[in-house]
Amino acid sequence: MQDLLAARAQMGVSLAFHIVFALVGMGMPVLMVVAERRWIVTGDEIYRELAQRWAKGTAILFAVGAVSGTVLSFELGLLWPGFMRFAGAIIGMPFSLEGFAFFMEAIFLGIYMYGWDHVPPRAHLAAGIVVAASGMASGVFVVIANAWMNTPTGFELAGGVPVRIHPLEALANPAAPTQTLHMVLAAYAATGFAVAGIHAFLLLRGQTNAFHRRALTIALWVGCPAAVLQPLSGDLAARQVARYQPVKLAAMEAVFHTESGAPLVLGGWPDLETETTKGALRIPHGLSLLAFHDPNAVVKGLDVVPRADWPNVPAVHWSFQLMVALGTYMALVALWVAWRALRTGALADHRWLLRAVALATPMGFVATEVGWMTTELGRQPWVIYGVLRTRDAVTPMPGLVVPFIMFTTLYCFLGVIVALLLYRQILHSPQVDEGVWAHMAPGARHADA
Amino acid sequence: MNGAAEILAGAVLVSLNAYVLLAGADFGGGVWDLLASGPRRAEQRSVIAEAIAPVWEANHVWLILALVLLFTCFPPAFAQLSIRLHVPLAMALVGVVLRGSAFAFRSYGGQRDEVQRHWGRLFASASVGTPFLLGTAVGAVAAGRVGESVASSPGFYAGYMAPWLSAFPASVGVFALTCFAFLAAVYLPLETDDPEIREDFRRRALAAGLAVAASGTVALALSRGIEPLQRGLLGAPWATPLHLLTGAAGAAALAGVWLRRWRVARIAAASEVSLILWGWALGQYPYLVPPTITIDTAAAPPETLTLAMVALGLGGLLLFPSLYYLFRLFKARSPHAD
Ligand code: HDD
Ligand code: HEM
Ligand code: HEM
Repeated sequence: MQDLLAARAQMGVSLAFHIVFALVGMGMPVLMVVAERRWIVTGDEIYRELAQRWAKGTAILFAVGAVSGTVLSFELGLLWPGFMRFAGAIIGMPFSLEGFAFFMEAIFLGIYMYGWDHVPPRAHLAAGIVVAASGMASGVFVVIANAWMNTPTGFELAGGVPVRIHPLEALANPAAPTQTLHMVLAAYAATGFAVAGIHAFLLLRGQTNAFHRRALTIALWVGCPAAVLQPLSGDLAARQVARYQPVKLAAMEAVFHTESGAPLVLGGWPDLETETTKGALRIPHGLSLLAFHDPNAVVKGLDVVPRADWPNVPAVHWSFQLMVALGTYMALVALWVAWRALRTGALADHRWLLRAVALATPMGFVATEVGWMTTELGRQPWVIYGVLRTRDAVTPMPGLVVPFIMFTTLYCFLGVIVALLLYRQILHSPQVDEGVWAHMAPGARHADA
Repeated sequence: MNGAAEILAGAVLVSLNAYVLLAGADFGGGVWDLLASGPRRAEQRSVIAEAIAPVWEANHVWLILALVLLFTCFPPAFAQLSIRLHVPLAMALVGVVLRGSAFAFRSYGGQRDEVQRHWGRLFASASVGTPFLLGTAVGAVAAGRVGESVASSPGFYAGYMAPWLSAFPASVGVFALTCFAFLAAVYLPLETDDPEIREDFRRRALAAGLAVAASGTVALALSRGIEPLQRGLLGAPWATPLHLLTGAAGAAALAGVWLRRWRVARIAAASEVSLILWGWALGQYPYLVPPTITIDTAAAPPETLTLAMVALGLGGLLLFPSLYYLFRLFKARSPHAD
């Protein structure tokens, strides 16, 4: 295997692994905080139990997120020293801020997890809020760095070297607002729907369980608003891409030739030889309308750059299509949930709704993975769009296939273990009927914990 | 001279120092988990686990902070280290991953004893391997071969193995490991009220203290051939006072352990290890990656450095009170310890 390819694959695998835990690290604290707040407000012990079980269930995920994130920070140098030499001074800023966000997250996570009996309830809730806020902040900072790779600003080039560096301008790069918004919403939509889906699945087997009913409601409260907003923020992202990263947009939409009034190409297989997309559904003027809000706008095609500079068009096109399809499904389900909630208030009694939610369990995570594939594969062959090529950023060390195999094996192993442990955790969720709980002796409640 | 750059290089070192004192002791805890023995084996392990659990993730972030500060403020140094030390750092990362996840799996995962032991062993062995590799990487930097350009030593072995695969870096690896084990054994008596367990850790601390002295002597002896390091470690005007101070801290730590003055021992042991770290840094000053990259030549442009200092200041305002709160909650137990 070629060294550059191995490095790209290793980076991709590491990031694809980390993002699962990053999503959970951003989303789950919100769910826990909402449940705990419900407990403080209503005095209903089930909410407290719920917050504690969620905390216990995700502790493993936080740990794996922290260590896989550490690997990434090193890999930026181990695999891409040329990138870091170029970019460190320009985008180190968000990474440094991210470092502090990690600190806050890790500190207050420790307090949250182990402090149930050490601190008063309100301080405990506050610790949870800090975890949620710093989880979000760390996601925002790292995505700002990524947005800069897509739309680099804040420096000038002099003989291939960056000069006149303005880190604050780099922070405020054009892709930053849309990407960070889209990423934060993705975290809430993905975790909200995953948790809701699991509890919906369990409710389908025993609908009276008060524990799952509460869990479902909270998870939907977090997931649904985000899922509804996600296509809107995706539209903002797409317009930003159309403006600043035309080649990526062309690959996403399989636009081979520059044209005005470009159609929206749904699905299909982009054929690089004939430069056409077979078997696709075409909506006339759709793309021009979506990307520039003008039915006759000119959309640049892949033909604006030499073929050697094309990204992997089928992969980018398909990743993007899949994200949009999943996002559409999630948004529709979220609207259905909202409509039911407004009309009857009882979500857990509608079996078809529960089935639709259960079906969405993995969708937010899958959408996030393919969304990142769109962004990252679509940027190739550049690591910094239009400025630095990936092949000029890679480490000179030969034999990169060895670390690639090593880390891939490690992550497969961890992935299997985490999945097994989570599965066991979910199987052991309690069966509590409405009304019974409050009368149980305190010891009995924790009998199975 | 570039004041901001020097301050930020100092901040990198402070982060590393905190990492060594806090996360280092967590690694050391893993060493004692591996070496747990005697009738109270299980109790020793659970004291270690309880001491580590609430703080290890926060302790671990010090390494991340050192790393991001390094690549923000001194990008060429970060690139050079990453290229030449790819192999030991990648292996250390595997250790970091296994140790952190195995610890979490053991705490939250299996109820069955057998499964627990399984993860415990993985946690413990990763806690031994990782500090050794990190120490080796530091030793390789100190030995002054990492800064040479890759082009000057063609071939995989010469370019990526030879700089760290030799006696002196390995001796620093062993030294780091013994230091971490020593720190843990000195800290641990304060984590329990059980006098017998305290005695267990006391014996371990005494043994580890002697091991620190021995492995330190070996490392010092092996540094003989390394000219610039020798000049720094032995020739500089501050060298003798620093060595004396380090030795005094070490003796005080051992005496504290011997006399069961745990708090005194804690402070003295932490000072000893910190002084060793600062000794290394002063020894190679002004080089970040000898023999080529200095603080000045690697420093990012002034705009970046200024902002990094602002970020550090603001971040510190958030960080230190939070850390204080965390440690007060979980580490201020055992009132009758002294
Ligand atoms: C729950 C996850 C999720 C869902 C439902 C969607 N997305 Fe997305 N999308 C992401 C999760 C995501 C992501 C993984 O978070 C990405 C990768 C990079 C980024 O900033 O967000 C992303 C990137 C991304 C980009 C590329 C940004 C860039 O490269 O700069 C575009 C244009 C869209 N999305 C558009 C959409 C549209 C039109 C959706 C309509 C339904 C949609 N996304 C749903
Ligand atoms: C967590 C979500 C992310 C995923 C799933 C992801 C995925 C990927 C993939 C698949 C590649 C290989 C692309 C290729 O070479 O074809 C890659 C490369 C890379 N990514 Fe990301 N990425 C993510 C976020 C980020 C972020 C936030 C950063 C920012 C700092 C980043 C920095 C890089 C770098 C430096 C490379 C290597 C250079 C390159 O191939 O362009 N990634 N990523
Ligand atoms: C879109 C991409 C990413 C997002 C949204 C994200 C977000 C997060 C979050 C929320 C956490 C805390 C996780 C937890 O505690 O479970 C985390 C951990 C971490 N991430 Fe990422 N991350 C992303 C990509 C990256 C990249 C590219 C890097 C490295 C350059 C990175 C470095 C880290 C580190 C070092 C940690 C560990 C912090 C600790 O020890 O607590 N992340 N990330």
